[in-house]
Amino acid sequence: MSNKDDENTIVCRCEDITLKEVRGLIKEGFKTVDEIKRISRCGMGPCQGRTCRQIIMREIAKATGKDIRDVKVPTFRPPTKNIKMGILAEAAKGERK
Amino acid sequence: MKKSAEVVIIGGGISGLSTAYNLAHMGCKDVVLLEKKSLYSGSTGRCAAGVRQQFGLEMNCRLAKGSCEILENLNELLDYEGDIEFKQGGYLWLLHTDEEVELYKKNVQLQNSLGIKSRLITVEEALKIVPYLNPEGIKACTFHQKDGHANPFQVSQAYAQAAKRLGVEINIFTEVTDIKVKNNHIVEVLTDKGKIATNKVLNAAGAFAKDIGKMVGVKFPLKPERHQILVTEPVEPLLGPMVISTDVYCQQEPQGSFLMGYGDPNEPEGVDVSSSWRFMEVVAKKVCKILPILSNIKVVRQWAGSYTMTPDVAPILGSVPEVEGFYLAVGFSGHGFMLGPMTGVLMAEHILGKEVTIPIDKLDIGRFKRGELMREPAVS
Repeated sequence: MSNKDDENTIVCRCEDITLKEVRGLIKEGFKTVDEIKRISRCGMGPCQGRTCRQIIMREIAKATGKDIRDVKVPTFRPPTKNIKMGILAEAAKGERK
Repeated sequence: MKKSAEVVIIGGGISGLSTAYNLAHMGCKDVVLLEKKSLYSGSTGRCAAGVRQQFGLEMNCRLAKGSCEILENLNELLDYEGDIEFKQGGYLWLLHTDEEVELYKKNVQLQNSLGIKSRLITVEEALKIVPYLNPEGIKACTFHQKDGHANPFQVSQAYAQAAKRLGVEINIFTEVTDIKVKNNHIVEVLTDKGKIATNKVLNAAGAFAKDIGKMVGVKFPLKPERHQILVTEPVEPLLGPMVISTDVYCQQEPQGSFLMGYGDPNEPEGVDVSSSWRFMEVVAKKVCKILPILSNIKVVRQWAGSYTMTPDVAPILGSVPEVEGFYLAVGFSGHGFMLGPMTGVLMAEHILGKEVTIPIDKLDIGRFKRGELMREPAVS
């Protein structure tokens, strides 16, 4: 992935963020997944970063010369899968009985 | 990193960043800001993004009104290439008891006297603003159209970029390890990346402000406590205002997600940003009751941040009598983001010895010793 066309690849499908945007943010100085997530919403959508997290980590590793194993993994936040509010609300009622 | 600075700011959240910008804007460009993690990684970046002027304490009302007016023009003021996503969809307070109605009537009177155009409205009027509201058990509401939402990441980033352009040095992943005081004057800040000689330090460390205070031997009555939030998938626009009561709050962000939370009275003191399953169930139950339409919307994520509480739920702003050159912008009790833009103006004016736009003497640390507590009644 080095030519310009490839840079239009969508990295975060929930928020429509391209590889070019991610690389631009890293160049601007956002050098952790958390910082990129907060400023761009990359990884904040329904899939919670399942697609983009690895790609961003790889891009950070490439740009900073780090081994990908040394790139900080962002906090995994519950729930693991999306859950309807109504199901949670019912569960809370059940607990009270 | 610079070896010396006129002012060192500890904390890269909204209070620190807006003070940094305002100092530079007022001509004091020799400023270094230190943040132990990344910018807005603490309470600012974890907050509920709400911005309101409906408070029950005069000082909070004035700070909030000032902040809102700054936010209205912030993109232009800071020449920001992004967008702070400011939305003035209002705050609708749901009042469930006669006592609440009486108290909020007084709050509205106070707000109106300060130029905040909030009003007490009937349930029928509230239903016109939020057609999906379940009116069960609601006696009346207060509403203020100019309250609303701003994106904490974008607001903070806008301040950070503008401050940098004016010459402020921002050092992230730089932890303050100690502050040296000689003859009751600040002389040096030590960090894990080196030392900075300075005579002025602003403590804007949020939930960690107490730890910074210990370094100069100053104690504050601050209690950080965990507050959790969850966010749903984005959907079409359904809800204009933040819907809030003493029990729970919920707002639809401009991007379409609903953001919600409540204050758990059993939360112990301490900096804890872990998430609990119980929170998710309880908040879903509370919100589905007032806004049943949300039952079919999916939760995508939850997180937590700290409210740094003071005994009277009002912030501590100003100087410290024991240590010359040590300034405080701490204890925002859950409202640091929404009060941040005005806090920055006032703290910059105070640090530079200028006349302050809004007198902050009532918010000084000394009020706790003098027993002059203010007690903010309108907190969720």
